[in-house]
Amino acid sequence: MSKKLVALTGNDAAAYAMKQINPDVVAAYPITPQTSLMEKFAQYVADGEIDTEVVLVESEHSAMSACVGASAAGARVMTATSSQGLALMWEICYIAAGYRLPIVMPLVNRALSGPINIHCDHSDAMGVRDSGWIQLWAENAQEVYDNLLQAIRIAEDPSVLLPVIVNYDGFIISHAIENMHIYDDAGINKFVGEYKPKYTLLDPANPTTFGGFDLPDYYFEHRRQIADAMTKSAKVIADVAEEFSKICGREYKFIEGYRLEDAEIAIVALGSTVGTARAVVDELREKGVKAGILKIRVFRPFPEGEIADSLKHLKAVAVLDRADALNAVGGPLFDEIRAALYRKSDIPVVNYIYGLGGRDMGLGEINHVYADLAGIAKTGKIKELTTYLGVRE
Amino acid sequence: MAKTEKTKAPGWREVPIGGVNPEAGNAVKYNSGTWRTFKPVWFNDRCTQCYLCWINCPDVSILIKEGKVAGIDYEHCKGCGICAAVCPVKPKKAIEMVKEEK
Repeated sequence: MSKKLVALTGNDAAAYAMKQINPDVVAAYPITPQTSLMEKFAQYVADGEIDTEVVLVESEHSAMSACVGASAAGARVMTATSSQGLALMWEICYIAAGYRLPIVMPLVNRALSGPINIHCDHSDAMGVRDSGWIQLWAENAQEVYDNLLQAIRIAEDPSVLLPVIVNYDGFIISHAIENMHIYDDAGINKFVGEYKPKYTLLDPANPTTFGGFDLPDYYFEHRRQIADAMTKSAKVIADVAEEFSKICGREYKFIEGYRLEDAEIAIVALGSTVGTARAVVDELREKGVKAGILKIRVFRPFPEGEIADSLKHLKAVAVLDRADALNAVGGPLFDEIRAALYRKSDIPVVNYIYGLGGRDMGLGEINHVYADLAGIAKTGKIKELTTYLGVRE
Repeated sequence: MAKTEKTKAPGWREVPIGGVNPEAGNAVKYNSGTWRTFKPVWFNDRCTQCYLCWINCPDVSILIKEGKVAGIDYEHCKGCGICAAVCPVKPKKAIEMVKEEK
């Protein structure tokens, strides 16, 4: 497959992936910072480069509802949103997963109101973590593109049939231009393949009902099936990644360690912060500090075993949450990482809530975390379980 | 509720996914006519065979025999009253709503 080096924003990378996927239906509503993605995609359609039916709706609730209808009719369907848009989609997100409709959605992560804010954090994605959507997380524009192409295959696999969210940080990834590779249309077309729905409303030879009333005698069984599909999606995610890596040469796993194997202290994070942390780790390594990173690429299904195996040799771990659970034990990622380590390891794990509403997460903040970790590794003592990093006192 | 469903209900591995019902028209097997507070009563001697009740019934519960309205399917009628409301026969309608007896 031929490739080309281009400079694209994260949103342009997502729009380009969507163009190459050429979904049958896209129903979306503009919201910052997703807007430029849908503008670019709509331009491809308006220019006649692809033949997607773009449904312009009056809200995100309608956008996801139109996606559900189109997907139930057997179409390959995509949408995209951010923040309040996802919040408005919320009830239909559960329905998309519940009806087992393989809708794929880039989610350009943004803080939730209020007070109103348009910048990055992960509160939107964490709000739908239990909705039955698979969640992939991108560190940069290249991963936005790569994850989206893989997401279609994962969602539509007959053993999965679940919707997929591809997360990437608002503005930090969505609006920053990066060098990345794109691949030729024919090759991507072949990789993505054709969607063959299991059931469709538009098959008069096999009429079906979607959305029937599910009483106590069947609802539980249907929810159990979703959990099973989530479990089964792990193998599909791995297989699709392997196939994709043969095309692009980049490896995709559930998690990715950076200088982690011989590390003594490490942070766990999602999204673009991992990129910043790589620079900090390289600096620390030069000073002889054995620092590492664990990046979570797949948050749902949650790769519990892989996470526990990759962290258990460490002396101290910090989990970075760009979302607050407001007086739970810690942030949502922290809770799950600690649960994954329970009875497998007794290493100290601390939590940092950072970057809410786009608060900058710079080298200084990450250095601060590693300095704390070095102290914890030395003494074994945790001063503060959850720290609000970068908030003004 | 199912009259014909006597065996153990299927486990989660056997149920079609997504709550999809792949069996068209299977409501015929179920008695879903247990919700009514009022029931429609059809009077053959007043009926003009205009079919307005049959066209408007949302539950396909107007019985047709040999091309003619022949009564109400009480196993599926929900008692919504649309048939009686649209019945154009005067002075007395051919379908009247009567309180269900417990």
